[in-house]
Amino acid sequence: MVTATRHAPATFEEAAAALAAASAEGQTVRIVGSGTKRNWGRPGIEADLELRTSGLDRIVEHNAGDLTATLEAGVPLALAQRTFAAAGQMLALDPPLTPEPGPTIGGVVATADSGPLRHRYGTPRDLVVGATVALSDGTVARAGGKVIKNVAGYDIAKLFAGSFGTLGLLLSVNVRLHPLHETSATALGAATDPDRIAGASVALSAFPGEFEALDVAWRDGRGDLLARCAGPQAARRAQRTVKLMRDLGLQEVDVTDEDAQLWERQRAGQRSTDQAVVRVAAAPGRLAEVLRATDGCAGTLVGRVALGSSYISIEPAAIGELRGALSPLRGHAQVLDAPPAARADSDPWGDVSAPALEVMRRVKERFDPSATCNPGLFVGDI
Amino acid sequence: MPTGSSDLIAALSEICGREFVLEHRHELATYRSDGLLHYSQTPVAAVLPGTTEQVARVVRACYDAGVPWVARGAGTGLSGGALPAADGILIVLSRLRRIISIDLDDARVVVQPGVTNLAVSRAVSPTHFYPPDPSSQIVCSIGGNVAENSGGAHCFKYGFTTNYVVGLEVVLSDGSIVSLERDAPGYDLLGAFVGSEGTLGVATEIALRVIPAPESVRTMLAFFADTGSAGDAVTAIVDAGIMPGAIEMMDKLSIEAAEAATGAGYRRDAGAALIIELDGPREECIVGLERLTQLCGEAAALDVRIAQSEAERELMWRTRKAAFASMGRIAPAYYVQDGVIPRTRLAEVLRRIDELAGEYDLRVANVFHAGDGNLHPLVCYDSSREGEAERAEELSGLIVKTCVDAGGSITGEHGVGVDKKAYMPSMFAEPDLDAFQRLRCAFDPRGLANPGKVMPTPRLCGEVPGPYRQHPLERAGVAERF
Repeated sequence: MVTATRHAPATFEEAAAALAAASAEGQTVRIVGSGTKRNWGRPGIEADLELRTSGLDRIVEHNAGDLTATLEAGVPLALAQRTFAAAGQMLALDPPLTPEPGPTIGGVVATADSGPLRHRYGTPRDLVVGATVALSDGTVARAGGKVIKNVAGYDIAKLFAGSFGTLGLLLSVNVRLHPLHETSATALGAATDPDRIAGASVALSAFPGEFEALDVAWRDGRGDLLARCAGPQAARRAQRTVKLMRDLGLQEVDVTDEDAQLWERQRAGQRSTDQAVVRVAAAPGRLAEVLRATDGCAGTLVGRVALGSSYISIEPAAIGELRGALSPLRGHAQVLDAPPAARADSDPWGDVSAPALEVMRRVKERFDPSATCNPGLFVGDI
Repeated sequence: MPTGSSDLIAALSEICGREFVLEHRHELATYRSDGLLHYSQTPVAAVLPGTTEQVARVVRACYDAGVPWVARGAGTGLSGGALPAADGILIVLSRLRRIISIDLDDARVVVQPGVTNLAVSRAVSPTHFYPPDPSSQIVCSIGGNVAENSGGAHCFKYGFTTNYVVGLEVVLSDGSIVSLERDAPGYDLLGAFVGSEGTLGVATEIALRVIPAPESVRTMLAFFADTGSAGDAVTAIVDAGIMPGAIEMMDKLSIEAAEAATGAGYRRDAGAALIIELDGPREECIVGLERLTQLCGEAAALDVRIAQSEAERELMWRTRKAAFASMGRIAPAYYVQDGVIPRTRLAEVLRRIDELAGEYDLRVANVFHAGDGNLHPLVCYDSSREGEAERAEELSGLIVKTCVDAGGSITGEHGVGVDKKAYMPSMFAEPDLDAFQRLRCAFDPRGLANPGKVMPTPRLCGEVPGPYRQHPLERAGVAERF
């Protein structure tokens, strides 16, 4: 096996030139941040060149008064968050982190990764207000802007979010920030009956608690619902939520303001080194069926209940069975982490409608006609 | 009339029924403009389809005839986005106005594009609401909101249309229908479509996320001697980590006009007014309101009033929402702008606008979303005075340029349409416009969907560039090309 040449450009121009040169030579490029999600997507092809974003690591701007920031793609998310926290702010994105330096902002955006804060704040596409990208013909293009509110032009940033580097290289992103509250408190309640958990989750989702996060953890026949409040009155609000949880028939109801560990466990449930993790999108009202399907495959689950977004960890051999059990829900089931053998066996992406895939192919053709960027990784034959 | 159009008219009549195809000038009068009356154009015909299938067949008929088309919702847009093409068809979506489903367990509402924005909130009230709330929400359509990625007063806290669209059924320019979903694998075509101003296709069904209605809403009206101190108050509020549901600012001129129209009791001696609405859990609102009052006082507020009832709150808002309409009391006409600036540059930009207004000897009223820096300068003019309309247009352009120079945007919520396409090069360089065009061509290679909008100059799509290259999957022996 030939090892790919590695290149870590230090400027946008260098990065664009490297891509263009590769494209002109008919070479393929694998774009890499910290490499924390190399095993997501299809195995892809051995690329000729590995383009790393480690040299694009500047926090270009942090406009605290405007609640915006500009980050080069190689900036580790954890580092950016420390910078924002010093000003009492955060980028409302909390995907699972690996040991320092951890995932880069470019990688998080390119894979559309997220964590419990997705409940209130969304995924990367909801937080990125502008981006600068390099295309395989050497074009460097800017879309969006630096202000939170902007509808000028097309939303190329959204197109790139979740595109797994197949449209080009994200050079930098402009993000919107939110206040980081000093005080938080989490209300918890448990049940062993999936229907009780599901009923409670619907009620909590409709409750105007303005939760930062509203999650479920399901393992070994027991479900825990967690509702996180943040703000000056977090403790009081969490107490009210606890009362609601009791009224909804949940057990072992409790409140804690030492909640960092709880949420760290939720994030940890989204990744695995030995099992397969399947990210499921289903109607929130059908959580009970998702929990039963999880049980049927001897799996464990963490998820955002109001959004119907769950991460189910199972033995790789059970992927097909899980997908089968979930198919009546007509949602989506995408395999994220999985051991190499499992990735070779099944399509990690799941079904994409033919008309949508056709548009995606046309988008790919326009942005990367030479199929230089991360070929073979993505949906369909892109 | 272009040749062959009688065939197209016949086809459209067959698809929608003769009574829903309008050809005569007097029938088309309503459809010549959207909310910007100084742009008007008569299309070859206007057609009012009644179903998704009819929309798709109409678009297909246009595709086969090589005829461009423009989709229109309620026609309330403020960028000329629904301005018809002279050689094209206007597809009016007002008959598609059903709410198809409401599911509060899933917090999801599915609507046809002609449903009004307010109807969505009403459908899920009182437990839930639909946050994007343009001032025209009583009449504007969801389809139009999707096209423009509409915002409204509450978007600083709650986000925009694009954050709430979870699914779309779209008719592409070749008449094919595609379903796009928020969490589906692959590219975020949904995200690319929202805000694309009707140039990538037409949405015939829209699935929206709704959220729990805030438990408590407290509205405050504060008056200041000038916009500078009002701006300082906003800065202090944001710096304190408070995220009000809405922060709106009005300047002296807009207060005058709006107060004359509504008699709500706004202070005419004030240089600026802030409407601040706190919403959320009641504990946070109570404490937050105290803090806000304190911060406004520290910013030298002349007066702070807190709405004590829903009626009072409604009156405070009515004045703000009447601002544009009430400008008629000040001047016979105005140009409305939609520039955005970083909020920290507010004071300096407002000063600059004042300077420019002085230089041009014109009055500019300002009503805007202070939280996110989205200004709505209203450049007043009287076209009966020689040259005044032209000067007003020039001044408008300079205001837009000022916003861009301050690191902002030419449009925060109204869209580029035809009105601001000339300003696109001030914000985007050629490679940026090239990237936009690539997206547009991927969806609409023949350029039939709302041509003449957004991009500053007409561009063709052409073939995909570059010589034939063996696809890497072919080379790796994984795929074959047929």
